[in-house]
Amino acid sequence: MANLSQKFDVLVIGGGNAALCAAISARRAGASVLVVEGAPKFYRGGNTRHTRNMRCAHDAATDILTGPYTEEEFWDDLLRLTGGQTDEELAKFMISESKDILNWIVKQGVRWQPSLGGTLSLGRTNSFFLGGGRAMLNALYLTAEKLGVEIVYDAEVTDLQIEDGMFLCAKLKQPVDGAAEIRASALVAAAGGFEANVEWLKEYWGEAADNFLIRGTPYNRGTILKMLLDKGVQDIGDPTQCHAVAIDARAPKFDGGIITRHDSVVFGIVVNKHAQRFYDEGEDIWPKRYAIWGRLVAAQPDQIAYIIFDASVRNSFMPTLFPPIEGGSIAELAGKLELDPAALQKTITEFNAAVKPGTFDHTILDDCRTEGITPPKTHWARKIETPPYLAYPVRPGITFTYLGTRVNRQARMLMKDGKPSANMFAAGEIMAGNVLGKGYAAGIGMTIGSVFGRVAGREAAKNARN
Amino acid sequence: MHGTRILDEADRLMTVCNSCRYCEGLCAVFPAMEMRRAFSDGDLNYLANLCHACGACYTDCQFSPPHQFNVNVPKTLAVARTESWAAYVWPRAFAGAFARNGLVISLVAALSVAAFIFGFAAWHDRQVLFGTHTGPGAFYKLMPHNAMAALFGSAFLYAVVALMMGVRAFWRDIGEPVGMKTDASALLQAIRDAGELRYLDGGGVGCFNEDDRPTDRRRFYHHFTFYGFALCFASTCVATLYHYLLARQAPYAWWDLPVVLGTLGGIGLLIGPIGLLAERSKRDSVLVDEARYGMDVAFIVMLFLTSLTGMALLVLRETAAMGPLLALHLGVVFSLFVTMPYGKFVHGIYRFAALVRYARERRAMAQGAGE
Repeated sequence: MANLSQKFDVLVIGGGNAALCAAISARRAGASVLVVEGAPKFYRGGNTRHTRNMRCAHDAATDILTGPYTEEEFWDDLLRLTGGQTDEELAKFMISESKDILNWIVKQGVRWQPSLGGTLSLGRTNSFFLGGGRAMLNALYLTAEKLGVEIVYDAEVTDLQIEDGMFLCAKLKQPVDGAAEIRASALVAAAGGFEANVEWLKEYWGEAADNFLIRGTPYNRGTILKMLLDKGVQDIGDPTQCHAVAIDARAPKFDGGIITRHDSVVFGIVVNKHAQRFYDEGEDIWPKRYAIWGRLVAAQPDQIAYIIFDASVRNSFMPTLFPPIEGGSIAELAGKLELDPAALQKTITEFNAAVKPGTFDHTILDDCRTEGITPPKTHWARKIETPPYLAYPVRPGITFTYLGTRVNRQARMLMKDGKPSANMFAAGEIMAGNVLGKGYAAGIGMTIGSVFGRVAGREAAKNARN
Repeated sequence: MHGTRILDEADRLMTVCNSCRYCEGLCAVFPAMEMRRAFSDGDLNYLANLCHACGACYTDCQFSPPHQFNVNVPKTLAVARTESWAAYVWPRAFAGAFARNGLVISLVAALSVAAFIFGFAAWHDRQVLFGTHTGPGAFYKLMPHNAMAALFGSAFLYAVVALMMGVRAFWRDIGEPVGMKTDASALLQAIRDAGELRYLDGGGVGCFNEDDRPTDRRRFYHHFTFYGFALCFASTCVATLYHYLLARQAPYAWWDLPVVLGTLGGIGLLIGPIGLLAERSKRDSVLVDEARYGMDVAFIVMLFLTSLTGMALLVLRETAAMGPLLALHLGVVFSLFVTMPYGKFVHGIYRFAALVRYARERRAMAQGAGE
C-alpha cells in the first residue's frame, strides 16, 4: 500500500493508456510517481480496456504492418477526418513522435500482432495489441509496478487545489482507506472525458441523452476535466460533440465495449420507430459510415432505429453478440419490433421497387442503387425479399467526448490567459480535442494517449526536479 | 440448445468471443472459433480440447467477471473438456469414472498393489519374497518374464484400444473423416505443436497461474513430466527388445540403455509431477474446473509414484527390499495402464487429435485464401 502522506514528484490522475505511459515515462526519468485510478482494479484503464490498436506512422512494412504509412499520409488523413479542426503544430508533432512509440511501447511490455480477422482494412496503418486493450493495460501496469510506480485504485479525486496555474494538492476519497490529501510537485491529468456522465451530456443533448448507451465504463465521468476548466485551464474542442456509433439496443447501459457494435447497415435499410427510412444507408464505406450512424440514430425519435435485412445476407458480416430478431413475414417482424406493420411493409415495398440492377460488391462503392426514393440508397442497394426477415435494434453508443484542456507541445496545460501552467500536464482523451477536434479514425485515441502520455510524464518529471 | 448446460455456456461464450476476437493471437482456440458462425456439440468439444488452459484470455478479457457478460473461457472449456472425455469414453459404462476420478484411481491403485503383493506372497515362500536376488533374471524369480509381459502387454493393449475407441468417437463427432493416415503434414504439425506445448505460452509471455503475472513454469514442469514419461516408456520398450531379441535379461547394468533411459525419465517424472502439483494447488480457482482437482492430482501422483517406486527399485534392487518394491512398482504401473483411458491421461490424446484437426483446418483456410 502506497504511503500517501509523502510528497510525490508526479501525481498521475487516471489509469488508462495515457496515464500509464505518463507514469512509466516519469518514473524512468527518475521521479517518484503515484497513479490514482478512480475505478476498481478490474475496471481500471477507462476506454483503453476496449481498444485494440494504435495508429502510428512508419516508413516501411514490419512483421505486423503490411506496408508504410508515412507522416504525410497520416497528416492528410487527420486533416480530412477533422475537417481541419486540429492544431497543426501539435498534430504534426504527435505524428512524428508516433513513429518511435511503435518501439517504445514494446519496451514497456506491450506486444503487437497483425490486424485481427475482419479488420484487413487496417492492416497497413494500425498495430494491434496482442490480446486486446486490457492485455495492453495489464502489460503497462506490470511494468509500472516493477519500476516502483505507486498505484491506488477505487480512489476518487474530489478536489484539486490550484493557484495561479500551479497545482498544489489533490483531495482523495477512497471507500476503504478513507480521505487523503496528496501533495505532488507536478500533476499529469489523464482521466479521460465525460461520456459516462449522463447529466453532463444532457446539457447539450437534453432528455435524449437518457437513451444513449455508454460503450465504456461508468467511471469516465469527466470530474477532473470539469475541475480543471473551473479552475482556470483553457478549454478546447466542441463541448456539444461526442463520438457515437450505432450499437445494439439490447446492450447494457455501460461497458458493452466493441462487441455490441453493428456494421450491417450497408446490407439492408435503417428505419426509425415510425418505420421510415431517414438516411442513405449506402453513402460511404467503413469506417466513415461506422462513425456517423450513432449521431444519426441520436437524432431520431426516442433515439432508436432498426437495421432491417433479409436471410440472403445473414452471413455477410461478422457474427454479432445479440442475434437478429426474426420474422417469417414483414408483418411478423414489425410485430416483434413493435413497429406499424403496414408502414414497414410500405417502406420495404417502395424501397424494393426503387432498387436498380447492379453488381454487388461491399468492398467498393458499387453500382447497386435506388432511383426515385428519398432518401436514396446510393450503393449496395438490393431488394429485401428473402424470408425470414431480420432486424437489429440500435441506439447511439457514446464512445468519447471532444471537450478537453488546451496543451502545448510539452503536454503542459495552458491557462485561460494563454500562459502555460507551472506544473500541470495533460494526456489522452482529456486533451484529445487539441488534435482531434472532430471525427474519428481507428486507433488515433491510443496514439494521442501514448505520445502525449510519454511526453507529459517526461516533462512532469523534469518539472518536478527543477 | 446443446446436450448439456456447460455446452450451452460454451456456445454463449463463443458467440461473445466471435464478435470480439481480441484474443485470436493468443492460441489456437480463437482462430478455430473464427472459422465458424455456429457451434455443434462436436465443435465445442473440439475447441474445449484444443484449449491448453493457459488462462491468458481470461486475464486479457474486458468482459471477464465481475463484468456482467461473465466471460470465463478457460474454466468453461475445462469443464466441457472433462465432460467430453466422459461422453466419448469406451466402454460407455465407465463414463462415471471421470466424475469421481480421485476415488477410482486410488482404489484401482490400492487393489493392484495389493494383488501383486498377495500374488508374490501366495506363489513364493518368505525366503523368495524377502530374499536377495542378483544377476540376470533376478526379477523373474518373483514373476516369470512371460507372465509379466503377458499381463502388462494385455493391460497396455486394453488401454490403447479403449483410448482409440474414445478418440474415434470424438473424431466422428467433430465431423472429421476416420482414415487420416494420409495427412502426414497435419500430423507433423500437431506433433510439433504438442511437443513444444506451443499453445501453453499465453501468446508468448507464459501462462497465468496464481495472479496476473505470467510465468512459463507449468510448461517447464509439463515438459519434464511428458518427456520423463516418454523416456521411461522407451526404457521399457528397449528392455523388452533386449529380452526377446538379444536374450539379455534384466536387471541391466547402470550404464545400459534401459537403465539410462529409465533413470533420466524417472528423474523427469519426479521433478515434473512435483512441480505440476505445486502449480496446480497455487492456481487461481477462477481459472480451473475445481471439481476436477481429484482427477488432476490422482494422475500426477500416479506418475510420481511410478517413478518413485521404479527409482527405489533401481537403488535397492540388490537388497532384501527388492521383492516388496517390485510388487509395489508393478502394482502402480499396472493401475496406471488400466486407468489411462479413464483419467487425466486422456487429455494428451484428445488434445493431440484436436491439434491435428486444427492443422488441417488452418491449411484448408490458407489454401482457400490463396485461391
